[in-house]
Amino acid sequence: MRVAELELDLEAFEGPLDLLLTLVLKEEIDLAEIDVAGIVLAFIEELLGRDRSENGADECELGESDLEACGEFLVLVSALLELKARLLFDDEAAELAELEPEEAAEELARRLAAYRRTKEAAAWLTSRLEQEQDRFFRLGPAPLRPPVSRPVAPHDPAALAAALRVLATPPQAVSLAHMALRYPPLEQFVQRFRSLLAGRSRFDFENELGELSRVEQAVAFLALLELGRLDEVAIKQAAPFAPIRVERRDTERSSAWTSARSA
Amino acid sequence: MDERPLRLITSSPLDALARTVEALLVVASAPLPLEDLAAAADDDVERVEAALRLVGERHSEGRSGIVLEHVAGGYAFRASREAAGACSRLFERPVQRSLSQAALETLAIVAYLGPCTRPEITRIRGVAAEATVANLLERGLIAEAGRDDAPGGAIRYRVTPLFERVFGLASLAELPRLDDFEGDAETIRERLHVVAAQRGA
Repeated sequence: MRVAELELDLEAFEGPLDLLLTLVLKEEIDLAEIDVAGIVLAFIEELLGRDRSENGADECELGESDLEACGEFLVLVSALLELKARLLFDDEAAELAELEPEEAAEELARRLAAYRRTKEAAAWLTSRLEQEQDRFFRLGPAPLRPPVSRPVAPHDPAALAAALRVLATPPQAVSLAHMALRYPPLEQFVQRFRSLLAGRSRFDFENELGELSRVEQAVAFLALLELGRLDEVAIKQAAPFAPIRVERRDTERSSAWTSARSA
Repeated sequence: MDERPLRLITSSPLDALARTVEALLVVASAPLPLEDLAAAADDDVERVEAALRLVGERHSEGRSGIVLEHVAGGYAFRASREAAGACSRLFERPVQRSLSQAALETLAIVAYLGPCTRPEITRIRGVAAEATVANLLERGLIAEAGRDDAPGGAIRYRVTPLFERVFGLASLAELPRLDDFEGDAETIRERLHVVAAQRGA
């Protein structure tokens, strides 16, 4: 049995013992977190398990190799315990090591006196408990207590009311009028211009705008462009900003044109 | 024993307040501080104090099976001592029962030095305090009181009002002074210095 290969399953570590030792020596694992008693138990279980399999269930006899393993294990665990103890009480150990015998005696006397006082106080509590042993009282859940009032910091009530009034007033409704862009469908103007050109061969665009709003004028212009795209009309303008003249194309033979004309 | 008749029902305003105080103490299962009694009775602290004196007269050892006591920073009813035998046949006292020497020493440390941490208790007693602290916590005699400011921030413990009640203390100020427990500390010191002188020589 090799002690170094002892498999451990501790709360803070899982793996072989030699890996644990390596990690401890490299200070990659905090020895304070390692349960040394758990290591001892794992070793004993391993030892008993081996003995049972070799000697039968009821016999537990250590062989020479096991005795060697036990010795090796004892040395390792002792070292671990010493390391752990030093880690846990390093400051205190250093403090005491630096003291002269007289100072150490004084420190020890101080500690003993503190403990002595504790023992005396505990004795007083014991006697008190004996005196009070015929005192019976009700024990139960915490009593209902008056609700704790939590007054707010002092404030001028008028200022508080004014602030609350502002919060309580519903805000003005936001106007969305500018977003309601209403305009007639393009087709309406397309039909209108077609009807117009069914009776005559040309018209001035401006004359047809009449009382239309700016949006409607824009839609009417788009309708005109649409008719131009369909090659139903010719759009002419003598100069920039001059009146726009719309002429029916004599060559126009679209079905829309024919149907409009017949209508 | 005082043979005066009990006058529990009178028309005096203080009597009415005393009856209210009695009622409050009956429904409470832990000592009620004077201020809490006054708030619940909706009356002055001074008048409640006077009413408590009246209640104390009525409920005292030898006059009543219920005794008023000032304990754990408040007022509470308890059974009279003469009824202790009967009470013990009906009830156990799990909080006080079999408190070990280790538990009493730990309790003494926490009562005198608290709030203090488990490592501090261990340092004074010289042995691990984990199980003892857990036991005292379970009994409700000590409670957590925040964490230490030092690195690691160990949990600090203090004694609870139940501790004061169990030991019959109106407050922790009733504990004897720790300095009074010097004992033979000086003898120990002298002996240690003799040993130190021998080793140093």
